[in-house]
Amino acid sequence: MSTRPTLAVFKFASCDGCQLSLLDAEDELLAVAGAVDIAFFPEASSRMLPGPYDIALVEGSITTSHDAERIQEVRKQSRFLMTIGACATAGGIQALRNWGDTAEFLQAVYARPEYISTLATSTAIADHVTVDFELRGCPINHHQLVEVLSSLIAGRRPRTPTHSVCLDCKRRGTVCVTVAQGIPCLGPVTQAGCGAICPAYDRGCYGCYGPVKQCNSESLGDHFIATGSTPGELVPLFRNFNGYAPEFRAESDRLARRAEGV
Amino acid sequence: MSTSAATELFLAKPHLQQLLNALSARGYCIIGPTIDQSAIVYAEIRTVDELPQGWTDQQEPATYRLVRREDNAWFGYAVGPHSWKRYLFPPFATVAVADRTAAGWQMSTPHEPVPKYAFLGVRACELAAIKIQDKVFLEGAYVDPIYRARREQAFVIAVNCTSAGANCFCTSMNTGPRCTTGFDLALTELPDAFLVEVGSDSGGEVLAELQTRVADVEEQAAAERARQQAVSQITKRLDTTDIRNLLLTNLEHPRWAEVATRCLSCTNCTMVCPTCFCASVNEVSDLQGDHVERQRQWDSCFNLDFSYMNGGHIRNDIRSRYRQWMTHKLASWIDQFGSSGCVGCGRCITWCPVGIDLTEEVAAIRGETP
Repeated sequence: MSTRPTLAVFKFASCDGCQLSLLDAEDELLAVAGAVDIAFFPEASSRMLPGPYDIALVEGSITTSHDAERIQEVRKQSRFLMTIGACATAGGIQALRNWGDTAEFLQAVYARPEYISTLATSTAIADHVTVDFELRGCPINHHQLVEVLSSLIAGRRPRTPTHSVCLDCKRRGTVCVTVAQGIPCLGPVTQAGCGAICPAYDRGCYGCYGPVKQCNSESLGDHFIATGSTPGELVPLFRNFNGYAPEFRAESDRLARRAEGV
Repeated sequence: MSTSAATELFLAKPHLQQLLNALSARGYCIIGPTIDQSAIVYAEIRTVDELPQGWTDQQEPATYRLVRREDNAWFGYAVGPHSWKRYLFPPFATVAVADRTAAGWQMSTPHEPVPKYAFLGVRACELAAIKIQDKVFLEGAYVDPIYRARREQAFVIAVNCTSAGANCFCTSMNTGPRCTTGFDLALTELPDAFLVEVGSDSGGEVLAELQTRVADVEEQAAAERARQQAVSQITKRLDTTDIRNLLLTNLEHPRWAEVATRCLSCTNCTMVCPTCFCASVNEVSDLQGDHVERQRQWDSCFNLDFSYMNGGHIRNDIRSRYRQWMTHKLASWIDQFGSSGCVGCGRCITWCPVGIDLTEEVAAIRGETP
């Protein structure tokens, strides 16, 4: 019996992009495979061992009653449960349904909506079970994933920075797209992790890594309005991959009320 | 050829290329102003054609725009988003390496080649900022070897401002706009020429290779008028009267809570500040734990985790982080390093995404709410 920690990867409502990030970690993949015992990873291997597992990576959000039950079982089988990605951590892009009418969507999309069994909401894993660590991103950064796995194996705190995207723009020498070009950008209120990619290509940050700690989205929203954006234009900026994260949700709701003149 | 510091020499404008050539021949990597990413940034240049000829910047709090000038000035802009800090105090540096071997851990210091920089277009406020960082990195009990290696080799070509931006307030901080010290050569731009002052022996040696002549009285008067134009364009003021005590006796002023409702704590002001020097150091290992690098990177007092100490965060809200930054920059810096930490370049005002203006914050604490 191996003394290496066992690793399991579970998928809920998601696009698979985050668990593919593990397979994309080409330079480190063999080292990861050597450091842990991959016991359950259906996307990668037909070898599927029963639990319990030392480390569970959970991708995706809870959108069905079946998944709401399944996550309870995953939690019971997992010593350390870590969510990977915006879906598992904040509900994902599919959490846009939380502002809509799910029954109406089903009518519009499916020929036989009665075949579909779904919840009215898409919610984060932490809304259902205790989560030991949340790895942000849409998708996650595989360097960060390897870093967290390394830290678990070594028994130390993971080095996953919580600073804003702006700091990474400045370190890499990217000129601020908001100040120099007037492009609304979520960088100042978004946690780093991607390496500040979008502003380096003249795009505002989409907030893929979710809100920074002690996030002041309201000040940023007010500034964008003062400099020419309308509240209605800004709602979809905050309602994106991490739109249902509490801080972004509160700001988009506030902007939506302003857009409606409430 | 010997030149005294007071003599201004006339260098026809196209001959500035001779200066770049002379520096290249001496092995310098020339960093100068050039247009990139909708801004005038500092990057490696080889020819004068890469200078922002005919361009300027319009700056307001949270706004920077490149605009065409009516003339074809080569240095007709204020300061941009970058500062020389990124070349002397690089954003990323590996300061130590450790490898596990059969004989135990092998520690080593990486010896990467040190870039030999020539900085072209250093403004007076930036000379003052470099002097402050010299104090921080070179003159204390612990000398920073990464900074020192770059700084000792650097060749500095200052350029006197002949215009000023809306966020410039160097005259309040007594740092400019006239370049008086800390350069090898200093230029003042006229429509068809530069008047050159020599600030060091190595500056004089390089200049001796160029086609120059002593500037006549009229040319010197024209240069003085051009420099005076920058002074007259500066409108922003920071009243520094007893500023240390003003701030340190107002630590519970309600303005700190008010500015915290606007501040994003995003770190932009500290990143663009040419004197802010904070960094964090991490031990980064590979997956096997056999290779460890000690990596230093720019960090900021605006990061929540920057004040994390055993058991908690010391500055656990935006109010306390903004207050920490501003009181350090303008007040306790004086106790620590003998001068203000602010040189009046205005970058923190321009590049704050929500346009917080520290001169207004000081005025508010002084009771002069704008």
